[in-house]
Amino acid sequence: MNLYDASLARSPLLASAELPKSREGDPVFAEPWQAAVFAMTVRLHEQGVFSWSEWTEALSTELYKPGRRPDGSDYYECWVAALSRLLTELSIVSSSELEALVKSWKRAAEATPHGKPIVLDSDPLR
Amino acid sequence: MSEHRHGPGEEHGHHHDNHLTDMEARVKALETVLTEKGLIDPAAIDAIVDTYETKVGPRNGARVVAKAWSDPDFADWLRRDATAAIASLGFTGRQGEHMRAVFNTSETHNLIVCTLCSCYPWAVLGLPPVWYKAPPYRSRAVIDPRGVLAEFGLNLPAEKKIRVWDSTAELRYLVVPERPAATDDLGEDALAKLVTRDSMIGTGLALSPEAFR
Repeated sequence: MNLYDASLARSPLLASAELPKSREGDPVFAEPWQAAVFAMTVRLHEQGVFSWSEWTEALSTELYKPGRRPDGSDYYECWVAALSRLLTELSIVSSSELEALVKSWKRAAEATPHGKPIVLDSDPLR
Repeated sequence: MSEHRHGPGEEHGHHHDNHLTDMEARVKALETVLTEKGLIDPAAIDAIVDTYETKVGPRNGARVVAKAWSDPDFADWLRRDATAAIASLGFTGRQGEHMRAVFNTSETHNLIVCTLCSCYPWAVLGLPPVWYKAPPYRSRAVIDPRGVLAEFGLNLPAEKKIRVWDSTAELRYLVVPERPAATDDLGEDALAKLVTRDSMIGTGLALSPEAFR
């Protein structure tokens, strides 16, 4: 048990539509980035960066877009899109700034030899 | 398993040691912005993520190990072609990575390491623990595996050899720990409970059934 379990246990975000959960009611993630984006969203909501209704609206907009995979395996891709949209709407980050950072992280990864931590400063264009 | 989600123009990690998928890069980008703005603390995020580490995949890996302990034919298959043997139980990596199973014996103990990137068999082991992603673990596990294992409370006899396996983006390892003593009467489900995540990384051993009494 650590410090963050308690805040997580009562996060209203656990009630997000379609959230994949285990039998014990814990969120279930297929890949680490999914857990990371979930955790970031919980923290931001906790700090009042956005409200529950702002979050559910942003998420459901993404979840009900046409072209979703029928097996729901793109759930966390919708989650990432919803969080990105919300942060741009709140003027916390512009979409061009975000897209530039995405490219920068990819270049940084490609420029990093196996065995070394990937850090943003490794982007050769940065 | 579902198809992977890269667009047709995207390379897929076979020419580079390190490669972030679009979603991995996007989440990293969000983390960077939010950290710079002081809205999140990466350590706090890691701590939240760490609370899930045992919830997803380790049960899958434990079933693979329990089956290998109980079924010699499956163990052979796992030794020859771990990717196919593991897939036969329904566990496949979303990125189609190859798996290799390394078996602990009375002479040899196996330990797997990786990098900060993505070289971890999530499909069987779930989310990597925070220490596994930390640079000190990787560098020290290669230089002084015995010392690292001692820090995990695992003191192996000096005559036991330790082999360290460095995962890559294309090939990921699963340690098959030795079957604990006094488990002859246990079925696969009971055996799976003895298989911890750490025992499949090599930083621990399978539990003894007494742990449950």
